[in-house]
Amino acid sequence: MSTTGLVNTAVLRTEFRLFRREPAGIFWIMLFPTLLLAILGSIPSFREADPALGGLRPVDAYVPVALLLGLIIGGLQGMPPTLTGYRETGILRRMSTTPVRPSALLAAQMTVLGAASLVSALLTLAVGRLAFDVALPGQPLGHLLALLLALAASLALGALLSALARTAKIATAVGSTALFPMMFTAGVWLPVEAMPDLMADIVGWTPFGAAAQALGEASAGHWPGTGHLAVTAGWAVLLTAGAVRWFRWE
Amino acid sequence: MAERDGRCARAPSTTTLTVMSVIDVTDLRKAYGGRTAVDGVSFSVDEGEIFGILGPNGAGKTTTAECVEGLRVPDSGRVRVAGLDPVADHDEVTRVLGAQLQESELQPKLTVREALELYASFHRRPADWRPLAERLGLTEKLTTRFAKLSGGQKQRLFIALALIGTPRIVVLDELTTGLDPRARRDTWQLIEDVRAGGVTVLLVTHFMEEAQRLCDRIAVIDQGRVAALDTPAGLVRRSAGATVISFTPSAPLDDADLNALPGLASVARKDGRITLSGTDDTVNAVLTLLARSRVTAHQLRVTDATLDDAFLDLTESPA
Repeated sequence: MSTTGLVNTAVLRTEFRLFRREPAGIFWIMLFPTLLLAILGSIPSFREADPALGGLRPVDAYVPVALLLGLIIGGLQGMPPTLTGYRETGILRRMSTTPVRPSALLAAQMTVLGAASLVSALLTLAVGRLAFDVALPGQPLGHLLALLLALAASLALGALLSALARTAKIATAVGSTALFPMMFTAGVWLPVEAMPDLMADIVGWTPFGAAAQALGEASAGHWPGTGHLAVTAGWAVLLTAGAVRWFRWE
Repeated sequence: MAERDGRCARAPSTTTLTVMSVIDVTDLRKAYGGRTAVDGVSFSVDEGEIFGILGPNGAGKTTTAECVEGLRVPDSGRVRVAGLDPVADHDEVTRVLGAQLQESELQPKLTVREALELYASFHRRPADWRPLAERLGLTEKLTTRFAKLSGGQKQRLFIALALIGTPRIVVLDELTTGLDPRARRDTWQLIEDVRAGGVTVLLVTHFMEEAQRLCDRIAVIDQGRVAALDTPAGLVRRSAGATVISFTPSAPLDDADLNALPGLASVARKDGRITLSGTDDTVNAVLTLLARSRVTAHQLRVTDATLDDAFLDLTESPA
């Protein structure tokens, strides 16, 4: 019976509908990263090749950053308040008295936010290409792989925060606090390519720092370094394990 | 209160010998961090019965209901719903049992119609939500988001969601909380109709009028234990002052004579009016006393005590 499975299409459709009713979520996840790229790209100096970036223009370096930004916001800002709220207000509890498992809600949230993050990524790539002449990823498959691993890490981090936060208020606060270091490691303030070596090495051990480097390599046309992919994948596995370990339905 | 007695007489809807119990609770115990919530509760509910769990706040009513729904794991004891274990056979139980929970909301931006359609989709043989919504006065609110509903409207939506899977058994926790008197009466009628369709109802309440009107039998739970289990009329009968006699005597009556009445439970005097509670014997003795003393009883009223009186009597804590 499909209703007892992890994925329930009616729940998924409902969560998709509800996501569309959250203008703030749509803006921050789907539009803000591209908007940031557009603002930075409209600064003339960002369109000039920079030797510190290995000859790339800053706007080129910011495309992978903006991609990651959408994923990070989706996982950290989108998921924890929603899921914690579902638990806090008894929505998961009510669902557990029906033939549908509350895990269907978790799966639907991940699917909707994951899809929104990927749409955000496509939008960023499109605007980068059309408005600022940023080359599309030279190694598309490697790029997609790095993107999906980063998405998995972000959703897993969101799920872990949802598991640990007791109330939606705490989840929002913790999600926002975690957002800044994650954005930093992804290179929002300083692209990883431009970081001093030591800092880049340290950041390379974080989920989004490693993902940023993998995306940068794939953008330049190389298959991403196994180390970077492994670090991001490792974090995804670790964070998922933590979320599974600590998540409570009520 | 002929109405109540009549209700009891027709209570067990199946008159054959094959009445099956669909909910069986045996010596259920549940504690939360050392504090005992349910302390050895046993009862069984027959198919097609409306069974009430009545008790003061914190008596263990909701915990008992949650163990039946499979939302909580009992510390010890046995719970069976349609022969199934609500914890081990949770999936099967959700197909036969509908639950209306306390303090359980919906997504704030979900509309009434979307909620009804979503929850209907969870079940194999869902009820048509349109007549159900109409019955519960939700037709005007179908496009309203959950967060914009009033307390009573939310409550009616929860009742609809509990019934939408056409369950064999429905557990209703504080059914009419937040409903105005008219909506409350409409809801009671709906529950009676649902039962008439063969559904077994477990009703958790602290509302006497509701229990008295709907329930075939009631388990009064106090401090985690079953203090009494009987029909509403039976509960009233077994309380000490089952009959209440009140009148305004034309001449003073002696206290000693009143206190000597057989079966007397209490005497009260207020504004020249005397109110006695006791048994049928007390009634006869009062009439004899009045005749013998040549006192006329103005506005003489003899009434049954209410379930309220019985409830207070039964849940008086010995502490």
